[in-house]
Amino acid sequence: MELVVCIKQVPDTETRIKIAADGKSIDITGINWVVSPYDENALEEALRIRETKGEGGVAVMTLGPERAASALRSCLALGADRAVHLQDPALEGSDSLGTARALAAAIRRSRFDLVLVGQQGVGTDNSQVGPMLAELLDIPHVNVVTKLEIANGKIRAHRQIEGAVEVVECPLPAVVTAQKGLNEPRYASLKGIMAAKKKPLERLGLQDLGLDAADVGAAGARNRWTRLELPPARQAGKILDGEPEESTAELVRLLRDEAKVI
Amino acid sequence: MDFSFSQDERMIRDMVRDFADGVLRPQVQEWERRGEFPLELIPRLAEAGLLGMSIPEAYEGSNLRTPSYCLAIEELARVSASAAVTVSVTNSVCGYPISRFGTASQKDKYLKRLARGQILGGFCLTEPGAGSDAAGIVTGYRRAAGKFILNGLKSWVTNAKIGSLFIVMATRDRRERGAGISAFLVESSFPGFSFGRLEDKLGLRSSATGEVRLDDCEVPVENLLGEEGKGLAIALHCLTVGRVGIASQAIGIAREAFEVARKYARERMAFGRPIASFQGIQFQLADMATEIDAARWLTLRAASMRDRGIIDFSKESSMAKLFASEMANRVTYRAIQIHGAYGYSKEYPVERYFRDARVTTIYEGSSEIQRLVIARQLLAETRSNAAD
Ligand SMILES: Cc1cc2nc3c(=O)[nH]c(=O)nc-3n(C[C@H](O)[C@H](O)[C@H](O)COP(=O)(O)OP(=O)(O)OC[C@H]3O[C@@H](n4cnc5c(N)ncnc54)[C@H](O)[C@@H]3O)c2cc1C
Repeated sequence: MELVVCIKQVPDTETRIKIAADGKSIDITGINWVVSPYDENALEEALRIRETKGEGGVAVMTLGPERAASALRSCLALGADRAVHLQDPALEGSDSLGTARALAAAIRRSRFDLVLVGQQGVGTDNSQVGPMLAELLDIPHVNVVTKLEIANGKIRAHRQIEGAVEVVECPLPAVVTAQKGLNEPRYASLKGIMAAKKKPLERLGLQDLGLDAADVGAAGARNRWTRLELPPARQAGKILDGEPEESTAELVRLLRDEAKVI
Repeated sequence: MDFSFSQDERMIRDMVRDFADGVLRPQVQEWERRGEFPLELIPRLAEAGLLGMSIPEAYEGSNLRTPSYCLAIEELARVSASAAVTVSVTNSVCGYPISRFGTASQKDKYLKRLARGQILGGFCLTEPGAGSDAAGIVTGYRRAAGKFILNGLKSWVTNAKIGSLFIVMATRDRRERGAGISAFLVESSFPGFSFGRLEDKLGLRSSATGEVRLDDCEVPVENLLGEEGKGLAIALHCLTVGRVGIASQAIGIAREAFEVARKYARERMAFGRPIASFQGIQFQLADMATEIDAARWLTLRAASMRDRGIIDFSKESSMAKLFASEMANRVTYRAIQIHGAYGYSKEYPVERYFRDARVTTIYEGSSEIQRLVIARQLLAETRSNAAD
């Protein structure tokens, strides 16, 4: 079984985000870049499928700038067999659709049975690339999956819905988007890091993908970031001292007159 | 000159950091309180490759370059100094000497098992009557019918009771001092081998340290490590490498102490302001961070000298160990000072960093011994030739 995992390199979830001088992007100085956590679940699932089947390969792909190669290397260190880096000036500034187009073109270059992606990319949190990929590849998809079984060319995917679990079956090839809880991602190992150095990391540009510059990157983007704002800073809490009767009365007064919530 | 980490070094550091934060941090407090080495940790350390860092890839190790090894020890020590010393000892004074000085059959027999965590290793040089004066050991050996027979008592052995393979230094005649000492690979299952008591220590509470007794202990001739009479040279060579590991351990402890002190200084209010706003606190934080950095680059310099094939980097290795260990004591002392009374409480982690840092100026050569090594070299040199 041939597995493809699409990953995104994102700022460490503990990063204190600052807005850049242009007012519509984040300031990337000093950011620690990591693989988006949901993508780690996607990769872990692919590795487990390969390990239980005892055959097949895991290809990991990303669209991103030069620095994103380190995210691919860490996936190779975790056990992926090969990596594909989509990198081209014309791809910069891609929105979800542009990203999905580029990834779909890269995926189509070889045989595949299952594509796994994180259900959202931490930071931008659009949850769009997975479903768009499935549309572009013209195959079914199941998203926000918490458990995955594969048998006889079909998948059974479990999804958490309000108050219940929904079980969806669909034929392969398919796209599955991974939710936290799908699995517990493994830790890398020193041996894995050493072995990763010998694994192939292929770079593909616009021409290799056979794409038109007008459909991807900033040129093809259907949505644009016009402005970024930080959420309002949280006000310091207020502690009311005194006897319960007095402080409760004061609390009610404040909720009514100041916070205006009752 | 470019003081930056390579891609590999970054990946290794991040990997060990994730491991330490994910696997060690949730439990370290409890392990330290129990005061026993958590055996369940060994398979996890082995899986991560941390027990085979100085073992060749052909024997399932990862044969790291020395700076990467240092970064790995530092990241472990940030969270658990006890885990860091267990790993450091297994690698630098057990896995490494076998890889470097062992015969093909010794390597075949032991290295894979060490890398897989099936056996844990240790190093027995110190005795109740001989520590710094390593050439003064009295544990003796003699040859008899295809065997070596060892007799004596080894003390302060890291990984006692939990380890099963020890590199034991013994002398054929104590009057020969260093020249009479040989190194042996001794399994805990050999006849005449037993463990004595474990030490009740100030720090490193969850690292096992104890006695090894050798009562007519029978060691097969093929378990001599290196040539006869070369035992002390092997031991001292391994300690030169080990010292950059202990320096890294000290740096890891200090970094964590600094981090918690900085966080606390930002949060703790006094006189209506966070204490971090007082210059007296700021200066302490500035000094702590500066010293940590200085120690780290001193250590990485020694480490990179080794990889560049500079045979004798003992002066630089001793400088790193001396400075980093003394630094860790100053930094953890200040971390407690910044915490005030809370720093003195077991509810906060800083008191542990203070206790754990203490040993780094003692083992693998005390600060005084490091100064002797440094001074001996300085006086033998005609001019300072640091680093090249
Ligand atoms: C937690 C822990 C783990 C250890 N693990 C191991 C291990 O795995 N294997 C092992 O073999 N050993 C181990 N040791 C032992 C350690 O290496 C020794 O404690 C160390 O070498 C110092 O020896 P000593 O304690 O006998 O001190 P001594 O040698 O008795 O020294 C006492 C004091 O005198 C000073 N001194 C000695 N000689 C001189 C001199 N010439 N000039 C100036 N000052 C001097 C010393 O610096 C020290 O301050 C461990 C120790 C500890 C605490």
